[in-house]
Amino acid sequence: MEDGTRLHVSLGRGGLVTPQSASAMAGLTLLRRLAELTLAGDQPPIATSGDAALAILSQDTLKTASQASAQGVYDPTAGRLTGLTPFSYAAGVIPAIRDENISANVLMGNFGVEAALLAEASERKNAFTLAASDNLAGQAVLYATAEEPLIGEELYAAGAYMDAGPLHTASLKVQDILRWLIIVVILLGALVQLLRAVGIL
Amino acid sequence: MKFKGVFSVVVAIAFGFLVLAGYLFGISGGGGPSILGQIQVFILNVAVILAGFAILVGIFNLLIVHIGKIRQKQKGGIYSVVLIIALVVTFVLGFLAHFNFPVAKSLFNDAFLTIQLPIETSLMALLVVSLTYASIRLLRRRLNLLSIIFLITAFLILVGTAPWPFLGDVPILSTLRAWIAQFPAGAGARGILLGVGLGTLTTGLRVLFGSDRPYGGKNG
Repeated sequence: MEDGTRLHVSLGRGGLVTPQSASAMAGLTLLRRLAELTLAGDQPPIATSGDAALAILSQDTLKTASQASAQGVYDPTAGRLTGLTPFSYAAGVIPAIRDENISANVLMGNFGVEAALLAEASERKNAFTLAASDNLAGQAVLYATAEEPLIGEELYAAGAYMDAGPLHTASLKVQDILRWLIIVVILLGALVQLLRAVGIL
Repeated sequence: MKFKGVFSVVVAIAFGFLVLAGYLFGISGGGGPSILGQIQVFILNVAVILAGFAILVGIFNLLIVHIGKIRQKQKGGIYSVVLIIALVVTFVLGFLAHFNFPVAKSLFNDAFLTIQLPIETSLMALLVVSLTYASIRLLRRRLNLLSIIFLITAFLILVGTAPWPFLGDVPILSTLRAWIAQFPAGAGARGILLGVGLGTLTTGLRVLFGSDRPYGGKNG
């Protein structure tokens, strides 16, 4: 962000009282880390959301990050609610991507197919796009449209990628262990079914 | 850490554990809700009410952002004017409709059916163009085996789903589409969903133990 441009983090529409809240939390963790890293620039980062509670938390996250930085610049309008339905949310984010001197867009949270419009807007401005969603349809369109898509549980590993703390690295290892356990259980289940089918069990 | 930070962490963790305990021990021996179950329902109801208030705060924030755009004469300020007018008109109509003003109710429904719905449908249609263009660009940007498999699969699903002109349904294509959707795509989707489930679990644990603090305070 040394060239006077700014970073945009879009947190999606994951409500805090819905099962999609985990992707919103992962997005907020990344926002916090990115804000801490980029607040030293001329232009503080902006965060957009499609859920009101998430917008309030993004403002709080940006405020906390600014208090932790030496400059301490906090703009209350940097954390915004852009729309409450999927396409009104996208329609509200596109002008921010287009008009606010954005050089990198991070789409991290719960996005459906409307994410393609955001990635497309970013591409038109020649901005870098890192994108991840917990929604299958969202992941499919982001794979085709985003410059750097993250698939599946990589969304939750973003904090560890950004060195957000030892617990992030530890939880990544726990995820790997649990994944292997599930693989073993699935294979054992398939083997038992096979043995039953051939009459051995 | 300041007292405010400690207090918010303690409250968040305590309420997180209470809700979790409500899920685990929410039913008493007699089959009715236990005290923990009742506490869980109460906390979730309060959360839903707070989320409702958050919408009001969010709309206020949206207004401030767009008023700022108009004041600073930023690019696209005219759209902000349209947004504020639409917001005020819809709010007034919705408010009057709530008190059963017949004209307001009809206008409120019309605003949704004749403005918002067609615009959102048009954006959905625009997605087709965006995705077609993105598919072509994908080969230029990331020419690798996965991208080729992705595009071939998308093409096969497309030709297997849509009826062909003059031919109608082509059985081999619809069988191939069904096979792809049921086996490779279904298996891949389940794998991804398992990963998402594990990620959700570990993220939830991090928040529960106070390592991730989306409510302010320094992360642990």
